[in-house]
Amino acid sequence: MAEKTPNKKNKVSRRDFLGDAAKGVCGAGLFGLALGSVVAEAEGKLPADAIRPPGATAEADFLSACVRCGLCVRDCPYDTLSLADMGSSVVSGTPLFVARTIPCEMCDDIPCVVACPTGALDKSLTNIDDAKMGIAVLVGHETCLNFQGLRCDVCYRVCPLIEEAITLERSANERTGKHAIFIPTVHSDKCTGCGKCEHACVLEKTAIRVLPERIALGELGAHYRWGWVEKGNKGESLIEGQGIIDLPDRGYNPEPSGFPEKSATGGYKGFKP
Amino acid sequence: MSKMQNPGAAAVEQKGWLAAHKWLILRRLSQILFIAAFLVGPLTGFWLVKGTLASSMTLDVLPLTDPFIFLQSLVTGHVMETNAIIGAVIVAAAYFLLGGRVFCSWVCPVNIISDTASWLRRKLGWKKTGVRLDRSTALWTMGAVFVTSALTGTIAWEFVNPVTMLHRAIVFGAFASVGLVSGALFLIELVGGDRIWCSRLCPVGAFYGLLGKVSVLKVSASKRKACNDCMDCYAVCPESHVISPALKGEKDNRGPIILSGDCTNCGRCLDVCSEDVFEFSLRTRNKLDDVRPNEGSAEDGTQRAA
Amino acid sequence: MKLTRREFMKANAAAATAAVAGISLPAKTAEAAMPNTIRWDKGACRFCGTGCGVLIGTREGRIVATQGDPDAPVNKGLNCIKGYFLSKIMYGKDRLTQPLLRKTNGKFDKNGDFEPVSWDEAFDIMAEKWKEALKKKGPTAVGMFGSGQWTIFEGYAASKLMKAGFRSNNLDPNARHCMASAVGAFMRHFGIDEPMGCYDDLEHADTFVLWGANMAEMHPILWSRLTNTRLTKPGCEVHVLSTYEHRCFELADNGMVFTPQTDLAILNYIANYIIENKAYNEDFINKHVNFNATTEDIGYGLRPEHPLEKAAANPGKGKFNKISFEEYAASVSKYTLDYASELSGVPKNQLVQLAQAYADPNRKVASYWTMGFNQHTRGVWVNGLLYNVHLLMGKISEPGNSPFSLTGQPSACGTAREVGTFAHRLPADLVVMNEKHRAFSEKIWKLPEGTIPGKPGYHAVLQHRMLKDGKLNAYWVQCTNNMQASPNMNEESYPGYRNPENFIAVSDPYPTVTALAADLILPTAMWMEKEGAYGNAERRTQFWRQQVAAPGEAKSDLWQVMEFAKRFQIEEVWPEDLLAKMPEHRGKTMYEVLYENGQVNQFPVEKVTDHAGNVYDNDESEHFGYYVQKGLFEEYRLFNSAAGILKKGHEMAPFEMYHRARGIRWPVIDGKETLWRFREGYDPHVKAGEGVTFYGKPDGKANIIFAPYEAPAESPDQEFDLWLCTGRVLEHWHSGSMTRRVPELHRAFPSAVVFMHPADAKKRGLRRGQEVKVSSRRGEIQLRVETRGRNRVPEGLVFIPWFDESALVNKLTLDATDPLSKETDFKKCACKIEKA
Repeated sequence: MAEKTPNKKNKVSRRDFLGDAAKGVCGAGLFGLALGSVVAEAEGKLPADAIRPPGATAEADFLSACVRCGLCVRDCPYDTLSLADMGSSVVSGTPLFVARTIPCEMCDDIPCVVACPTGALDKSLTNIDDAKMGIAVLVGHETCLNFQGLRCDVCYRVCPLIEEAITLERSANERTGKHAIFIPTVHSDKCTGCGKCEHACVLEKTAIRVLPERIALGELGAHYRWGWVEKGNKGESLIEGQGIIDLPDRGYNPEPSGFPEKSATGGYKGFKP
Repeated sequence: MSKMQNPGAAAVEQKGWLAAHKWLILRRLSQILFIAAFLVGPLTGFWLVKGTLASSMTLDVLPLTDPFIFLQSLVTGHVMETNAIIGAVIVAAAYFLLGGRVFCSWVCPVNIISDTASWLRRKLGWKKTGVRLDRSTALWTMGAVFVTSALTGTIAWEFVNPVTMLHRAIVFGAFASVGLVSGALFLIELVGGDRIWCSRLCPVGAFYGLLGKVSVLKVSASKRKACNDCMDCYAVCPESHVISPALKGEKDNRGPIILSGDCTNCGRCLDVCSEDVFEFSLRTRNKLDDVRPNEGSAEDGTQRAA
Repeated sequence: MKLTRREFMKANAAAATAAVAGISLPAKTAEAAMPNTIRWDKGACRFCGTGCGVLIGTREGRIVATQGDPDAPVNKGLNCIKGYFLSKIMYGKDRLTQPLLRKTNGKFDKNGDFEPVSWDEAFDIMAEKWKEALKKKGPTAVGMFGSGQWTIFEGYAASKLMKAGFRSNNLDPNARHCMASAVGAFMRHFGIDEPMGCYDDLEHADTFVLWGANMAEMHPILWSRLTNTRLTKPGCEVHVLSTYEHRCFELADNGMVFTPQTDLAILNYIANYIIENKAYNEDFINKHVNFNATTEDIGYGLRPEHPLEKAAANPGKGKFNKISFEEYAASVSKYTLDYASELSGVPKNQLVQLAQAYADPNRKVASYWTMGFNQHTRGVWVNGLLYNVHLLMGKISEPGNSPFSLTGQPSACGTAREVGTFAHRLPADLVVMNEKHRAFSEKIWKLPEGTIPGKPGYHAVLQHRMLKDGKLNAYWVQCTNNMQASPNMNEESYPGYRNPENFIAVSDPYPTVTALAADLILPTAMWMEKEGAYGNAERRTQFWRQQVAAPGEAKSDLWQVMEFAKRFQIEEVWPEDLLAKMPEHRGKTMYEVLYENGQVNQFPVEKVTDHAGNVYDNDESEHFGYYVQKGLFEEYRLFNSAAGILKKGHEMAPFEMYHRARGIRWPVIDGKETLWRFREGYDPHVKAGEGVTFYGKPDGKANIIFAPYEAPAESPDQEFDLWLCTGRVLEHWHSGSMTRRVPELHRAFPSAVVFMHPADAKKRGLRRGQEVKVSSRRGEIQLRVETRGRNRVPEGLVFIPWFDESALVNKLTLDATDPLSKETDFKKCACKIEKA
């Protein structure tokens, strides 16, 4: 093809050009579609047990930034992170960890984020407590030992944000009548999703799992507010200052009827119709 | 045909085996070096280079980022961190100086597979078999990659890029993946058509090819007057169409420099030429004056060729 | 075992036919008929002193499951996380199954490696070494270290072996490290050991005060009960005192972190507050209390040549003298609010709140403590100061008003304390120093007068010192990991074990640090591999039957003790003058004298069955030819029931009854348990009209004993600038030899960490998770820094758990002990921390 003479080339080129361009566009279009569908297929499929490193941006943003270089993996001091291998359901080459295997130890200096050259792990994360890798959820509460009244609370005690991210909500054990039940309760605003709880759960299959926020959380309707929270946030009733009044309650006040009539000595006078 | 199956014999005879394979050996060493450098860390604990070809950090000071990946990310609307930007600029500058597709022949681990498949095709006499695609195909793929990246908001090519997959699999010890990717590429290159992946489809190569259109270091057929038309260079060249304009450009008043971005600066033509027609030179040395006069060895060559 | 459906039907049919015909099929067929049947029997948890009742599930000779006994009064079916894994503790991969002796070229060599030997060879060399030591230096050269994890039978048999057989009082239990201070105070204040109240106080009290007890982690089930009361009882309050914040602080209405050792001052302040506000119960103290003051400046139980001992005016003196109430009031008056607050670092309002809780006559107060009080160079004092407060208010011996010493071992009470395994004690609270006590014991044991030596033996810490000094040469450790547990490993424990003059034998189911530091390792049958009995913190004695056989050649400690006794002719261990008093013992083995005395061997072997007809093994009975456990227990019972008993109040029920009950709380009188002692109506030993009688004391009165604040043995200084406190975590029990072999527990808390205040870490340039070197004057260890998590330590103090044999914190600790109880202070010494 390269050996066409210049004038021949000029002559043919218009037709050829159009033909080639059409072929090219079609081919590229088809290829683009195929690639796009591969991307779309893989993109939405981050499985619930694969957790991105701390500071990972939302999955869509993450995939626009992560070049799969593995620098975060290399700088993780606990071998927590790994790159997804081909054939795994996580986008091949991207970093993740499986909490049940090795959880995030929540390093103070967050070396994985520091190592990331692309911004896939957001550098604005400087306090590991602000990480949002996922949210722990007590999914298997019927098998949770504490839920049954036993004193395991391993998940609570391994939590780096003990008493903040996981608390033990106490209630009475009605079955025994004299013990308390300590229910591990995750607070999504504090939980970083490090997965220490999931890793440490002593059950054969863990009862507490770190899930992606999209699966882990419910969402209140925009039309409703928790009244006591709003009041707490404001420090007073939202309608304070509108001159709200509260009438005194009428108590039990038998005196006005004058019955029964008292005697001079403090006793009662006899009844006379 | 038998000559086509065994190009470079004359060069070996003339220059000796080592000199007739010099650039090939250097290239293989370079390719191995680019894998070995990344393996020093995981194997010895001394972290010479961390990361992969996509992005790396050498001795904790030198960041390097693949500009093609960088640009894909950019078209999604994401601007990377400073380190990655610096890294991409350094890499782009390096290839601007050394030749765009120097990546393909000196760095990319797939090259070894591609060369092996091509060598086998030659031995089997399959040179002409397989699918034939237009040379512009890779450019179209590259374009499609950018469009897909922009539309999906992802670094699209990295979902399937066998180049980084292979390198990553080697560096991170995913041996099953190494076998799978290299096996698949080998089959494509062997059966699919000559260099069908590397010169016809791979958008990474296409991207570096664009860079090669302006890059500085080039192969020059500076002693083209000595060419004895043995055709060995055409036989070994992965992009054989790039040779003629320089080697046979005399009649069109063209200079001796191989200007095509498709040229990978692999140096195989230097190796196999018994007359040492080719040498590495600079883009700027493309005047007719830069062609050296015939030093009189062509006659022997012509005789040999006859 | 899998059966096809057809086989199953066939087997079922066979079983049904057999049942109709009234014949029992061979076991195998019966089992085939019920392929998945697990046999359930009752037992007690192997771990702490809470004494949770469990059901043990056995199938095909293996414990395959456990469950909390839903009807057990303590735990009602619940367990903590250790109890949840009970079925796994006996099946660690490295379980020892044959004796191991250090050898080189086939011969014993103190510096050789361990090689398997037969029991015969093991006992041959051991007996040889013991005889050699006895011959050279007499009975004080042999000794034994036992355990609050021994069964009651084992402790009793060992006590007899050492004190009567070898005539050596060098027998001490690991309870010395844990309960000795509590025991000392019980004896000084009440003349009888163990708490007056019981766990029911957890429901009756209005106010709970925790003194150096992290119940949330160490007594999880009791904490669950306390929490429930706090939740459900209006007005209920919880006060927590500790030297660092632990999980109990979550529930605390008044949580106080005090400077180590200043609990002495806080308690005296409370007494002062009560007196100043005239809140004391005048009637009670007039009738039931004597006032005393103890000898001061008593040293720190270190080696006598230690400068601190030389500087002390009255080292080791426990004498206390009667004083008047006024003198007592004057003594505590120094402990003003200002002084106590300044010394302890606890804000004044919090101290007042605490004092008010005790002083309020309308609030029932239960105080709980464990190692914070007991592992204390003034452990007996601090235990006593708390009794002072309860006694001043008369808040004692009734539901809800209860000073309660919690125990950490399953049978610290039942075994270590009740059957006399301490170096100074005999069964049932008798002591070796008292001639009458010795004579009474000798009579019960049918031994000549003068058999039992009158001088207390070497206590735990002294044993290691004497091993090091070469004065104790033949030594046997059973059922405890004392190399890991004892203080100052580098300077005392390890040199003692490795002293070439000594021969150390260790009986253990697993290759612990202690076992591997010894010369001979004896493989032990544990827990459900033998018939056993434990006594928990509330005086509840719980029995279990042998459920499974021990692996390989492992034998129970009881078997080992009794079998070892066979290796000695009585002439080899007793002097001629003693033998002359009872010539009938001549020619007998020590075993025959001690255990075939017509009492221990009086009950023939019987088939052990339960009411459902299940049959259980009893390896010891089968081996010795009589019901060993029953014989030992019934002989022990003579100490509480024989004519002329010296101390009442320890009455036990007959042996069989325990196998049928979910534990019984002693004293057992007229077939009834006793829940609260010393109080009329609850305790039959208190006569009508007396109200309260502390019958452990001759005059029926308890002692209030003043003791001052005295400084700790070692405090942080320029170089070693941090307090080091050691302790436990919920997931692991003591040295971790069982719990670390449960993979799930190991995963939950794999390695020890040093809990440190973030500011202290920052000051030293340390990050959380970083490897650091912790060192004291005695040694160093490496572990990781933890600045978050369950324990929030104040600046200037670090906490390290001791379960981890790869970070042995007792390389750092100081062997300073309470001079009275001889219990080590594992809670305070000085250390420093640097980057590793």
